[in-house]
Amino acid sequence: MSTDTAPADTDLRPTPVRDTWHVMVRELRPVLRDPFSVTFGLVQPLVFLGLYAPLLIGGSDQPAGQVLQWFVPGVLVMIVLFGTGTVGSNLQYEMMTGSHERTLVAPLSRPALLVGRALKEIVPILAQSLIIVLVSMPFGFRPHPGGLVLGLLVLTVFGVGLGSLSYALALATKGRDWVFWAVQQSLIFPLLILSGMLLPLDAGPGWMRLVAAFNPINWVTRAERAAISGELTDPVVAWGILSAMALATVGLIVGIRGMRRSN
Amino acid sequence: MAEPIIEARGLTKHFTVGRRTVEAVSDLSFAVAPGELVAFLGPNGAGKSTSLRMLTTLIEPTAGDARVAGHDIRREAAAVRARIGYVGQLTSGSYAQRARDELLAQGAFHGMSPAASRRRADDLIESLDLAPFATRTVQKLSGGQKRRLDVALGLMHAPPLLFLDEPSTGLDPQSRANLWQHILDLRSEHGTTIFLTTHYLEEADRWAERVMVMDRGRVVADDTAARLKSELAGDTLTIELPSTAEADRAADVLARLVGGGGPTGEAVGRTGEASITVTRPDGSRLLPQALRTLDEAGLHAVSATGVPPTLDDVFLALTGRTLRESDHGDGAGGESGTSESGTSGSDPSEPAAATDPATEGAYR
Repeated sequence: MSTDTAPADTDLRPTPVRDTWHVMVRELRPVLRDPFSVTFGLVQPLVFLGLYAPLLIGGSDQPAGQVLQWFVPGVLVMIVLFGTGTVGSNLQYEMMTGSHERTLVAPLSRPALLVGRALKEIVPILAQSLIIVLVSMPFGFRPHPGGLVLGLLVLTVFGVGLGSLSYALALATKGRDWVFWAVQQSLIFPLLILSGMLLPLDAGPGWMRLVAAFNPINWVTRAERAAISGELTDPVVAWGILSAMALATVGLIVGIRGMRRSN
Repeated sequence: MAEPIIEARGLTKHFTVGRRTVEAVSDLSFAVAPGELVAFLGPNGAGKSTSLRMLTTLIEPTAGDARVAGHDIRREAAAVRARIGYVGQLTSGSYAQRARDELLAQGAFHGMSPAASRRRADDLIESLDLAPFATRTVQKLSGGQKRRLDVALGLMHAPPLLFLDEPSTGLDPQSRANLWQHILDLRSEHGTTIFLTTHYLEEADRWAERVMVMDRGRVVADDTAARLKSELAGDTLTIELPSTAEADRAADVLARLVGGGGPTGEAVGRTGEASITVTRPDGSRLLPQALRTLDEAGLHAVSATGVPPTLDDVFLALTGRTLRESDHGDGAGGESGTSESGTSGSDPSEPAAATDPATEGAYR
């Protein structure tokens, strides 16, 4: 009997870190095989940048660079909201076609199955954000280098959290992908508008500003704007970091719980 | 028997569908010795997949216990997973991934080194004829190619025990024969224990050494296909006579010859105005003697046939229904509608029907 590659008993210690790495590497392979796929998620942000930003610039008495300084950080958050926020559909699809089941029968730690997927999101988020930043610079966008690094860091933490929640939603709506999309679509636009991503909330009614104050994405957006403009000591930066970390914590807990129940 | 590689004791699974509790598997107990090739045969909804999903740690039993590859499926799930290969009803490879990449990932999941994974992946690609498609994404593979990749994924870590859930469903006859050849080669080369489910009775009949017939959540028979057929069914002789009156007399003559009732009760049945039928374990051997006896009584047969039994006859004898009727009718285990198969459309005749080509290229 050929059991030479089957592990011995001593090899059966749980190895969550190694498992997470392997899950992440697997998730990254299609991206590396086809780097162009990263640009697929850029269509929407580019449309907003190309068709919405000119409206903002035209309606404002500020110079284009100034408007972009306010708008581009919001587009970066939008990348995460629309891209990472919908990655659950990949898992939904893998549950439907069968490959998720195969990974459940592999000797992988259940948290690793979720965390590895969530961590993989860092790569497309960074790649897409950098493209948006580079595309905006000829039009007058001038990010503060240190602030941009911090901003991207916050963005990845936020992305890991939102991605985990998206996976959790997929796990909870197994076999009913229409429920996944119904929940996704009914959340995404209120979250988008109530984060001040497209238009400042300052002009909105009081109740809107009140709701937005409890929207972590609003704080992430404000932190991105402050950090990328170099206002690193602005308290909203700290609030944004805290919001992203809180979201990541909640997302991972909910996601891991969903993965443990998955069958 | 050596220490069993699978030992189930009273495995039971209930699903709740709405307010109704469905007992998908009831009190399943059996043992499989290392090296056996066992098939679970039964109609859709009989509880085959649910049983497999319990044995492979995918779902927890409501009651009962099992040891698989030396470990307890509840308390030592990780150890069981490390020692078994599993080919599910659907596609094991992710549609967005290249075939070879999935094999490498599977090796890593099982703790194999990158070098060992590459070697093993290339061996399997070679032996399962996957070389021309190894760098294609899974969604571009044909049904037969996907299925061979599924088997390769299940074998990546050279498990001593391989579970296959409806491995050949949806394949054309040629791909099916090809897949079976790979499975049998594997077994003769490595002595791998193979445990599979099927609702193709010809398949269980032809390939499996041991058939466990499942119906409505219970195993109703467990033996070799040959013994199941000879003990539960038997060859069916049909003899046609020139007239109804002669057929009546022939029936009396044959009833005296064969003695008591056959598996269906009546010693001699009628299939038409002038033809009689006898079902007996050794029916084909009885045929010449039956014709001689009829001749001596002045009854000259017009035609005579002896048809060997199928596992469908076994199923009929055991349950009073044929497998085909059960497949289209009242699957009492209620596989569809429960969460068992994990897909919205759980008709296993079309495992890929639930897939959605719209997400092509949307992977990020």
